[in-house]
Amino acid sequence: MSSQKKRDQLILHTALTAGRIMIENGSEIERVEDTMTRIAHNAGAQTSQLFVMITGILMAINGEVGAQIEPVKRRTFDLEKIAVVNDLSRQYADHKIDLRQFADRLDHLDSVSRYFPFWLQMVAAAMVSGPLEVVFRHNLPDFWITCLVGMLGWWVYYVLNKFIQIRFLSEFTAAAAIGVMAVVFVHMGLGNSVDDIIIGSVMPLVPGVPITNSVRDILAGNLVSGPARGVEALVSAAAIGFGIAMVLQFL
Amino acid sequence: MSVLEFIIEVAGTYVATLAFGILINIPRRALNVGGWIGVLGYVLYRFTVLWGGGYVIGNLLGAVAIGVASLQAAKLKKMPMILFNIPAIVPLVPGGQAYQMIKNFALGNNSTALVFLLQVVMISGAIAFGFLLSELVNRIQRRFWRHRKRL
Repeated sequence: MSSQKKRDQLILHTALTAGRIMIENGSEIERVEDTMTRIAHNAGAQTSQLFVMITGILMAINGEVGAQIEPVKRRTFDLEKIAVVNDLSRQYADHKIDLRQFADRLDHLDSVSRYFPFWLQMVAAAMVSGPLEVVFRHNLPDFWITCLVGMLGWWVYYVLNKFIQIRFLSEFTAAAAIGVMAVVFVHMGLGNSVDDIIIGSVMPLVPGVPITNSVRDILAGNLVSGPARGVEALVSAAAIGFGIAMVLQFL
Repeated sequence: MSVLEFIIEVAGTYVATLAFGILINIPRRALNVGGWIGVLGYVLYRFTVLWGGGYVIGNLLGAVAIGVASLQAAKLKKMPMILFNIPAIVPLVPGGQAYQMIKNFALGNNSTALVFLLQVVMISGAIAFGFLLSELVNRIQRRFWRHRKRL
């Protein structure tokens, strides 16, 4: 293999990995296209042809034979990885790292995930539920119980997500669990209003990333990926809704 | 609305936005700014509703403010814009209305449920349209800066 070909291969690998990491972790399509074009341009490719979709990426450089495909299979929310790819791309543009280092760091980034510790996520879920219950419903006495129910609901979601890996099912189950807990706690006299507790506690499960990205993708003219994200958000919302509705039916 | 209530709402919005940022793993240096952008959007929404502007206009203005402020933050911190606007819209999400809709559908009160469904659709549409308007502002600003640089 000639050195030129090797170099082209490396450019394609770097750009495709960067793009895949960004889509997997919840970036909008326009940013992915922008970053990949920049990488190819900064690496010295004259032209680059891109086809970015929410389920896969196609890329060719210099108009040569041999475009490459990178499927996107997982889909999670980890916005830190997007920020890191962004930083690396900037460093590469400023010639602080070379292409080889860029590719290595991307592969490293792909294999590790640096989430906040689990206890902090639980606290965060509590701190989304309780304050929003007060903001929406002005019901101060139910603050603590909403924190508790929201935290337990997030725990159910997190654990199920680890085992079954279908986000919609975890959301459904977590919402149902939140409904049951709210009813039971109010029965035990620990809370006043089932409605307020449920409204606050499901807030950590709100699909904020797909909603925002869907709007931004449609505006940018990605008429396939935008509505696809919208469907993702809609199914999530429906899963949560059915979970709650199922509990309320048995009331 | 008394001053104490207002302070509680602002504090609650700030904490909730920041905590939602932790759940979707936003880098630590973006958390604080994201929280304040959430407060800005919510306060604008709250005052519009208080002064009789209606909840649709309120959500629209809130979403526009969030979109514009996120772009400024993104430029300042050299980070992607979605790190700031995703947690910031969480306080605007029509959770209460969506819940009432589900509840009334589940209990068979379809006509009440349809009223809430309409509200949810209107609010979501207002937020989406607000983002559209903020994108307009952002693009004009970008054009303006590019123009200035060339001169």
